[in-house]
Amino acid sequence: MTVVWATDEADYFDWSEPLAAGRIVQDDRIAPRVGWSAVVRKGQVLTIVDVGGNQSGDFLCYSAADTVERYSVPDTLAAQRNAYLVEGSVLMSNEGNPLMTIVGNEIDRQDTIGGACSKESNTLRYGHHTLFHHACRENFLREGAKHGLGPRDLVSNINWFMNVPVEADGTLGIVDGMSAPGKRVALRAEMDVLAVISNCPQVNNPCNDFNPTPLRAIITEADA
Amino acid sequence: MTEDIGAGRRAATGTTFQARDDARGRGETVVETMPWLPPSRSPHAPAGVAPESLVWAETIGGPGYAHATVARGTRIRLEDIEGAACAHVIVLNALNTAERLNMADTVKIPWQAYLSTGHPLLSGDGRVLATVVEDTSGRHDTFSGVTSLAANVARYGAGDIASATPAGRELLKQAAAKEGLEARDVPPAVSLFKGVTVAPDGTLAWQGGAGAGAYVDLVAEVPLTILIANAPHALDPADDYTSSPLRIHAWTAGASTEVDPWWTATPERTRAYLNTQQYLLARGIA
Repeated sequence: MTVVWATDEADYFDWSEPLAAGRIVQDDRIAPRVGWSAVVRKGQVLTIVDVGGNQSGDFLCYSAADTVERYSVPDTLAAQRNAYLVEGSVLMSNEGNPLMTIVGNEIDRQDTIGGACSKESNTLRYGHHTLFHHACRENFLREGAKHGLGPRDLVSNINWFMNVPVEADGTLGIVDGMSAPGKRVALRAEMDVLAVISNCPQVNNPCNDFNPTPLRAIITEADA
Repeated sequence: MTEDIGAGRRAATGTTFQARDDARGRGETVVETMPWLPPSRSPHAPAGVAPESLVWAETIGGPGYAHATVARGTRIRLEDIEGAACAHVIVLNALNTAERLNMADTVKIPWQAYLSTGHPLLSGDGRVLATVVEDTSGRHDTFSGVTSLAANVARYGAGDIASATPAGRELLKQAAAKEGLEARDVPPAVSLFKGVTVAPDGTLAWQGGAGAGAYVDLVAEVPLTILIANAPHALDPADDYTSSPLRIHAWTAGASTEVDPWWTATPERTRAYLNTQQYLLARGIA
């Protein structure tokens, strides 16, 4: 069996453009399987591009001023009374404050209940032979360490471009994505935030079509 | 708020001797929301549980909070006495509190968002911290239960722990502090006794509670620190802040083993118990 560990370049890739107008402050290509982080200042917009299609971008964000205040799935879902993220959804902190707002979104719905993969949870889901596979929690830990964050600072996250439906009986799971090369999501920072992305290295479920591909992260700022 | 029939001025306290007598005269007061010491004295010991096996017996107010660190194999019963309790629960590995409840893994690994008997409470490290071993409620929430200070200020006018309408997260932070933990050790919690389901379009649908007397039993699969806040659910449609007392009993019962149906219920759960077993074996605990 041939495992595709990552596709770094391909003809079908679409690197797209920022979803918000304005001056480009930062523009990074995130290689498959690795982490990324940046501070997005209040009012700036972070565009994330699904370059290869159906590539989960696991995402956490923190108040840059005090990382104890961080993204909270329950606060976000309770505030909008819906389990899925769409354009207009506000990413709420554990203290009930807006961190970011989804100001642009090119897929039907975004996931925030599926969580991040880890080497350890891979052993539960796919067997102990997968312990050596790289995982999002590894990326979150390594990327977070650059900012003084550790395992106590990792909480349930968002998975841009990933699809997790919930059935009537409560069955839920990661299924084939609804994204495509060049699809984007755009997030406006409502305070200075530290954004952390793990470009998901999973090769045991369809969260990235079993084929890790790049993401593009662009921070823009409205012209004065 | 809980009425304390023993509180307030009762006698002269002008001298140290008077004040000492007055203070000591309060000691035998009994109210609804209090711990029982030793726990075997609890007048509410669960049926079939030998009183001498109890290690913790306490009723907390609605609102209120509680916390404990218990041995592996301890069975913890939470009871919604009057029907308006909502227990927001966080569990952590007492041997390493950086390992704590991971709500996403708790629903993703079993492929099931709705908690019921046999559901494991999983950490982010591929292990079972505790198992729901009995559930007479069936109304729980893994998505949206805990309120914040800001949300309670907006909705009720106040959310501080000193107010009459404290937020769930504020109570959990107090419970965490008492266990030597901090605000960043308070991750998303599971909310018991108030149900939420997900409609096809993603709408969170309020299911309410199961009525007075419903209880949930958790078994600690590792040495366990448990933080509990009893406060209204974030989606509770009641206009007023509505909460009622939560009764806690814990006793020595034994951790889950291969003969328990939840150990073998799904391959994912079996491997979760095996990971936990190996972690404890290596430490000489199991």
